[in-house]
Amino acid sequence: MTSSALHDQSVAQLVHTLRSKQASAVEVAQHFLARCQADSSGTFLALDEEATLTQARASDARLAAGSASSLEGVPLAHKDVFVTRDFPTTAGSKMLEGYRSPFDATVVSRLAGQGMVSLGKLNCDEFAMGSSNENSAYASVKNPWDSSRIPGGSSGGSAAAVAARLTPAATGTDTGGSIRQPASFCGVTGIKPTYGRASRYGMIAYASSLDQAGPMARSAEDCALLLSAMCGSDVDRDSTSLDVATENFSAQLTNPLQGLRVGVPKEFFGAGLASDVHRVVDAALMQLQAQGAKLVPISLPLTELSIPVYYIIAPAEASSNLSRFDGVKFGHRAKDYTDLVDMYKKTRAEGFGDEVKRRIMIGTYVLSHGYYDAYYLQAQKIRRMIADDFQRVFAECDVIAGPVAPTVAWKLGEKADDPLANYLADIFTLPASLAGLPGMSLPAGFGEGGMPVGLQLIGNYLQESKLLNVAHQYQLNTDFHLQKPQAA
Amino acid sequence: MSSPKLVQGYEVVIGFETHAQLSTQSKIFSRAPTAFGAEPNTQACAVDLALPGTLPVMNLGAVERAIEFGLAVNAHVAERSVFARKNYFYPDLPKGYQISQFEIPVVQGGEVSFFLGDDKKTVRLVRAHLEEDAGKSLHEDFIGQSGIDLNRAGTPLLEIVTEPDMRSSEEAVAYAKELHKIVMWIGICDGNMQEGSFRCDANVSVRKPGQPLGTRREIKNLNSFKFMQQAIDYEVRWQIEQLEDGHAIQQATVLFDPDTGETRAMRTKEDAADYRYFPDPDLPPLAIDRAWVERVKGEMAELPRVMAERFVRDYALPEYDATTLTQSKAMAAYFEATAQACAQPKLASNWIMGEVSRRLNSGEISIDALPVSSAQLAALIRRIADNTISNNAAKQVFDALWNGEGADVDALIDAKGLKQMNDSGALEAIIDEVLANNADNVAQFKAGKEKAFNALVGQAMKASKGKANPQQVTDLLKLKLSA
Repeated sequence: MTSSALHDQSVAQLVHTLRSKQASAVEVAQHFLARCQADSSGTFLALDEEATLTQARASDARLAAGSASSLEGVPLAHKDVFVTRDFPTTAGSKMLEGYRSPFDATVVSRLAGQGMVSLGKLNCDEFAMGSSNENSAYASVKNPWDSSRIPGGSSGGSAAAVAARLTPAATGTDTGGSIRQPASFCGVTGIKPTYGRASRYGMIAYASSLDQAGPMARSAEDCALLLSAMCGSDVDRDSTSLDVATENFSAQLTNPLQGLRVGVPKEFFGAGLASDVHRVVDAALMQLQAQGAKLVPISLPLTELSIPVYYIIAPAEASSNLSRFDGVKFGHRAKDYTDLVDMYKKTRAEGFGDEVKRRIMIGTYVLSHGYYDAYYLQAQKIRRMIADDFQRVFAECDVIAGPVAPTVAWKLGEKADDPLANYLADIFTLPASLAGLPGMSLPAGFGEGGMPVGLQLIGNYLQESKLLNVAHQYQLNTDFHLQKPQAA
Repeated sequence: MSSPKLVQGYEVVIGFETHAQLSTQSKIFSRAPTAFGAEPNTQACAVDLALPGTLPVMNLGAVERAIEFGLAVNAHVAERSVFARKNYFYPDLPKGYQISQFEIPVVQGGEVSFFLGDDKKTVRLVRAHLEEDAGKSLHEDFIGQSGIDLNRAGTPLLEIVTEPDMRSSEEAVAYAKELHKIVMWIGICDGNMQEGSFRCDANVSVRKPGQPLGTRREIKNLNSFKFMQQAIDYEVRWQIEQLEDGHAIQQATVLFDPDTGETRAMRTKEDAADYRYFPDPDLPPLAIDRAWVERVKGEMAELPRVMAERFVRDYALPEYDATTLTQSKAMAAYFEATAQACAQPKLASNWIMGEVSRRLNSGEISIDALPVSSAQLAALIRRIADNTISNNAAKQVFDALWNGEGADVDALIDAKGLKQMNDSGALEAIIDEVLANNADNVAQFKAGKEKAFNALVGQAMKASKGKANPQQVTDLLKLKLSA
């Protein structure tokens, strides 16, 4: 094995480096911490050298004792919507500035249970609401490929950190595309598993019926390692957790693509798709075909409706989920107020940003007496129809492939005052979210301004292994995932 | 149904909503304990505090208790019911919403039957649903501030809702007592009203007979049967006064103040919040298959109404007796033991509903601590049945047993010399003597004065020192006087 710089090593390589004692967990952690501390792109919201090194020393002790777990000593960082004991958790909001959770999210403790060392907490859109990371109350993360551009969102810090080699891997959450879209914009690999695969316990809720955790790393191979550690039944703490056995998602990576039926939805290639992205995705489909896959034209006729459906259901759930941030028990409380209602109003007016307030208002409206049937119930009906459409097409294909987003990453501030433009950009990621299906994004080339473009793969329920297999086979034959921004 | 009692020409219409706290060890959606009376905020975990990232997980013990209730009131236990969020802001509601059931409750329909005097009443239930309790706001203990105690937050409740079937405060209280009996009988609620384990809200309206339902006002948090009756009576009078004065009733929520005996409005319908109910995405629909219901049914003790039916069938008791004796498990068990030991179920019923209940109702002792055992009562009843003692003499023996003067019925009868005179020869001699010594009464009786006969019976009883069987005395006297 070549001894490349630690920050250029994959998760799989770092496991080997640590096992073979080429570097200790403390040395690896210090190497990455130095890079994180030097970062000025707003990627991290919390670093705590001592907390990280304490974890690393424990890993070194286990490595020395021969009791190392599968990912022992490999660093990662968590999106700031996962609550952690060792670092503050803010969800990118002023509302939770300085908040410290008394417990770790299940996903956090599962990864720690495999020996992973946490570098800190990653920036994101406030309460995971946004697709540019500009809704963070603390800083707009800059895209490592072009610091004048957004990294995507809401897991923008996670994608940027992996792309900039600040961490070999990160956790993200995906409600309407928040793993896949920033992965596409930053040229990294990310997967959102089937709804219910990863526990939501300790993941600060945005839209409960859609939120799902997943890993972001440089390759499908690394994502498979992380996903295997993250997923597992947690029915005693999360009632929406699927009661399925843990799975080794690396097991099927090497299957050849011969005979694989790849569904290509015509609705994903309409007028809204930018020509540069179109070209890259077409080339990726040709590559899959060249590797033995068969392209099958399919139709997902309700694709456009996924935008209004999502922007009713997600804000409805959010408006209720965020009620607990009321200044009474934890988090921000306004300093001066006249009575209880005044305290609520000022606390929430000060603590929440514009996009969060907007979604709370939309959600409150669609759940209101007299509007519930017309909006919320109607949206739920269409949501079921969207899910049914997917089942229909999965009779004709094994996976679905298409673009992740209509364009490459846009300029900071370009859509900051146009929420609708932001919402419309979610069109290709929303359908899989609404159906609860697994979806991933993998680097497929470069478009306008040399910016990365991702290929989206969508699988049927519990078919994560299939998605990772297709992505890995693609990555064995391409090197887009190995490209790194100059800044890194 | 008998025609309803009217108050000043108005018909009273009452419906109930009762919150019964379920007797689980832990909370409905968390593992924190439900014990009452602990230091504030010591029985609340991260889930109860609604800390970021926490999620609810259903306590199956609470579901099981809801199933038991559904079976007890002959309701439909829904195969699939849905938890919904009721959204409102209040400091003792940590999540900013209460998890409840809205469109599809776990228990649907059902009925509760009871006796009001001699009339059998049946109140139909609309539903019973599972929900979590809020915490407590303490406004008095802190000057200029409110304290919040979240120990109660997340305590499991079953909210039981009736149709507006009750027509008087007496009927409403009788319903509440019956419901209280049922939840305690099946053991799903400790029934402690002072601690808030069983709280009733009464929806009260009045109307002229034959008119559509009047506008209702809801009296909240009635936590004693006494206050319940007072509050409803006051509310009925108040509503009638308003209507008689030409004012319309405004829909409102009111509180009863036991100190003034009055109800006063907390909020009117105009202030009613829009709770924005929607299915809780954190909880899948609650699925209860038939096998679960059957298993619960198999493990449940005999229900009061089933037991009452059995008492009618097996012991030939009137329905009124059977219902009264099944007021509590202890009472029913006491009856059965007595009835089986003496083989005189009706006499056993009479004694328990009479002498025993009278003492119980005076409130100094509970059924679990009766000083007279079922075996002793049975022995006493046997001595009445075999004519050893009269009913009056038996009351003296019962008193003696109750007061601990003795434990053996026969020994007490002997000691007190209460044995009836069953020797007809001796009685005949006494009667002859009475007739000879009371010629006046004999003459009066023969002249048609019935009262004179009673005087003769009294003289004969007195002469026998109370040991004669009154029926035997009557029969012999009649025989001799008609001779």
